[in-house]
Amino acid sequence: MTAPTRRTGNRDALMALLAADRGIDRRKFLKGVGAGSLLMLGGPALLAACSRDGGNGGDGDRSFTFANWPLYIDVVEEDGWFETSSLEDFTEETGISVSYLEEVNDNTEWFAKVQAQLQAGQNTGRDLVALTDWMADRMIRLGWVEELDHSKIPNFSNLESALLNVPFDDGRKYTLPWQSGFTAIGYNPNLTGRELTKLEDIFDPAFSGRVSMLTESRDTLGLVMLTMGIDPATFTMDELHQAIAKIKPYVDNGHIRRFTGNDYADDLVNGNLAVCFAWSGDIVQLQLDNPDLQFLFPEEGLMLWSDNMLIPKGATNIDEAHEWMDFVYRPEVAAKIASWVNFIPPVVGTKDALLEIAEEMEDEELAELADNPLIFPSQEVLANTHPFRGMSEDEEREMDEAFQALIGA
Amino acid sequence: MTTTTLHEPELARMARRRAMVPYLLLLPGIAWLLVFFMVPILRLIGVSLQSGVYPNYEFTWQWDNYARLWTTYGSQVWNSLRFAFAATVICLVLAYPLAYFIAFRGGKWKNFLVVMLLMPFLMPFLLRTLSWKIILADEGIVVSTLKTLGVIGPNATLLATSVAVVAGIAYNFLPFMTLPIYVSLEKLDRSLIEAAADLYATPREAFRKVTLPLSMPGVVAGTLLTFIPAVGDYVNVLLLGSPSEFMIGNVIQSRFLVVLDYPVAAALSFTLMTVIVLMLIPYVRATGTDDLVA
Repeated sequence: MTAPTRRTGNRDALMALLAADRGIDRRKFLKGVGAGSLLMLGGPALLAACSRDGGNGGDGDRSFTFANWPLYIDVVEEDGWFETSSLEDFTEETGISVSYLEEVNDNTEWFAKVQAQLQAGQNTGRDLVALTDWMADRMIRLGWVEELDHSKIPNFSNLESALLNVPFDDGRKYTLPWQSGFTAIGYNPNLTGRELTKLEDIFDPAFSGRVSMLTESRDTLGLVMLTMGIDPATFTMDELHQAIAKIKPYVDNGHIRRFTGNDYADDLVNGNLAVCFAWSGDIVQLQLDNPDLQFLFPEEGLMLWSDNMLIPKGATNIDEAHEWMDFVYRPEVAAKIASWVNFIPPVVGTKDALLEIAEEMEDEELAELADNPLIFPSQEVLANTHPFRGMSEDEEREMDEAFQALIGA
Repeated sequence: MTTTTLHEPELARMARRRAMVPYLLLLPGIAWLLVFFMVPILRLIGVSLQSGVYPNYEFTWQWDNYARLWTTYGSQVWNSLRFAFAATVICLVLAYPLAYFIAFRGGKWKNFLVVMLLMPFLMPFLLRTLSWKIILADEGIVVSTLKTLGVIGPNATLLATSVAVVAGIAYNFLPFMTLPIYVSLEKLDRSLIEAAADLYATPREAFRKVTLPLSMPGVVAGTLLTFIPAVGDYVNVLLLGSPSEFMIGNVIQSRFLVVLDYPVAAALSFTLMTVIVLMLIPYVRATGTDDLVA
């Protein structure tokens, strides 16, 4: 779904399909339709053959390559708010051209694509990539991430303090959040017939067969742990298995219809799902199509995650990547991006900057965004959010095995 | 230019060179197969015998990896085979009359109809599959009609069941079945059917003894083109099924991408390929595909 559709509210069958398409493109969906089928045919050898050449043009011609998720940065639109995009602004100001790749459809898929090169110590051709916490964790653990030079990112000080010391990267030595978001419950009150208040409601037998959870194991297990009073930031492996054991009977009896990526979105819009685990930014956008849809801030708490910018080992345009990170950590730039992507900006002062821009442009709709608790959450909400703890390789493997068995694979 | 007489050795050289031509022409194809099929397959077999935890795999003749298909993933294998079989049968039942109609009754519309048959391919595979979510939606027209008619219970759904998965697979692979059948019907010598009629065959007998046998290469090709990719499919299950419908493709995908268990994923892939080939050899033998091979 693109912003023009959002704003004109155009709805017919085709648009529904396009909305679904957005779901496909966005995060974490269809773990590697492309890479997966290639892998099935040819294995890692073929993947290595698919990789891009690294490097950029000669001296004086400054540029860098940024691999990001689709629809995850502002673009210029006919009836959009801005005349230029952040990418254009950056190039205009610094003379650095950005080769912007919307190629991260899924953490695991992207990892599969570049892992052979990283393992061989080769340049992947990407100077910056945005990966979700746990994948950033894995990359750091494998030693495949360049350390950041904070002196080249003066705006580093604008980072939200809550995001500074994360389990996998204390003090943000390697990574810098691109966008953050909540995971909790999205639901359709017309189908549930009642207001929901807590995560445990997802197990209400009344919703049997109209419930989905996420294939992203940390989101699903974290939320279920919260229903059991287990802290996802400190759980033991025993507790993790308890959470899986709690979900298992609901998979077996069909209470949980599916485990999804972003594709819960069109099921929720089409009424196939009443309650699902959902990502906040998605619900903000779905609400523009169907204002009835609700994102629940559950009593037990929410999961908080980030997608993090990091520089893969062997990157050649490290200075340029730093300049970009510094640029997007200006509140006014963060505001521009947030107005389009609708996730939580990790930059202090973004809300004020957005209000300022809205006032200048005398645009009330833009100003309303600043009041959206899903984009600019209150301190109380933030205090009730939980990260998922970092894991060792063995723990991760153990969890993946158990969770994949749970979801049918 | 003046004509010159060629000497014996030159003629011999030319003959030799001419004899080389077929091989030279084959070279790109062979090179392609070698680089993009044989090498990856050998590599796949190599990986399938490794053990360890990513990224440190070691080659240890880990034959256990091959046992996993049967010990752990029996239900997914069973799902793959029965869904693919059901979809292939549905495709055949739908495609044969369709191809027959286009080939024999298409008239001046023939080309148009063939193009229409291919139309769905202009839409991305994912969107084609997603459209089934709308068709079979819980609140959609199909489900509500079936409920009104009492065919399914008031709380029943079609999505997230094997019905939806098989429907999705059958729909996605229908053209692969129809086209080969169409081609074999199209090139069929019509005078043979006339001859059958002249020899007092009823239209039904003529169909059974002339048309059907002559279209068998198309049927065999169509069933192979449908069944083989259908066994490995995982997208339809992902979008239209539920965890209990997961197929072996979903397992391989999850092993490769999520668990990073390349050895078992490779072993599963290779076993799947082998099983399909072994299953199809008797089928191809029995149905006779001289035309297919020739």
